[in-house]
Amino acid sequence: MSQDQPSNRVDDLIDQNLRRVYDDVLQEDVPDRFAKLLAQLERGSAPEPADAEGSK
Amino acid sequence: MTDASDAPIPGAPDPRKEIVEHLPAMRAFAVSLTRNASLADDMVQDALVKAWSNLDKFKPGTNMRAWLFTILRNTYYSNRRKAKREVPDTDGVITASLSRKPDHDGRLNLMDFETAFEKLPEEQREALILVGASGFAYEEAAETCGVAVGTIKSRVNRGRAKLVELMGMSQEDAFELTDPATMAVVSSMQNGSL
Repeated sequence: MSQDQPSNRVDDLIDQNLRRVYDDVLQEDVPDRFAKLLAQLERGSAPEPADAEGSK
Repeated sequence: MTDASDAPIPGAPDPRKEIVEHLPAMRAFAVSLTRNASLADDMVQDALVKAWSNLDKFKPGTNMRAWLFTILRNTYYSNRRKAKREVPDTDGVITASLSRKPDHDGRLNLMDFETAFEKLPEEQREALILVGASGFAYEEAAETCGVAVGTIKSRVNRGRAKLVELMGMSQEDAFELTDPATMAVVSSMQNGSL
C-alpha cells in the first residue's frame, strides 16, 4: 500500500471510490482472449494489434 | 532506468510467466484511463504484444507492474493521438445531478463519483488511479508517467480538489459519510448495485 496516505476524510472517501472503480475490474474474470494471446505469443506467432481499423 | 544487463537477479520469476499475474491490474488501469471496457481490453492486448516483444529490456525481479503500466499508458496516449477518439460523454443528462450533495441519510451517490471522475483530465485520472487505487508510491507513479514526483503530487491534489468540487462535497459531508455505520451501508449498496 502506498505510504502517501491522504490526511483527511474527503481524500479518504475519494480513495475508497477510486479503489472501488479499480477493484470492480480487478475482480472480473480475465477474458479468454488474453490467455489465447499469451499462448500465441509463446508459440511465436505475434497477432495483429487490436486497434487496427475495422478489426472489431 | 531500463537496465538491459543480461544478468538476472537470482531467483527472479520468469517474466513470461509473471505477466499473466498482472493482467487484472492492467485491465483495471486501462478501464480507468479509457472509461470504456472494450477500448480498454483492446489497449491491454496491444500493450501485451509490445511488452512481450520488449521483454529483453525488462530486468527480471524489478517492478513488472510499473513497467507494464508504462507500456499501457504509452499505448493509450499514442492511440489517442492516432484516432483522436473521444470517450462518449453524457454531459447533458448527467450535469444536473453533479451539483447535488450526498443524501442526508448518508448514501453517497456512486454514479456521481464515476461521472465526476470521467470529467477529469486524463493525467489527473491516471495519477489518482496509480496513487489512490493501485497503491503506487508517488515515486513509482512519477516514473510510470515519466514526470517529476512534484508533478504527480500536483495532479493528485488537483484531481481530488476537482472531484470534490464536481460532487459538491465539503469536509462536513465527508465526515457524515465516513462513520463506520454509514460506510457499511454504502458498501452493501455498492455490492448490490452496478
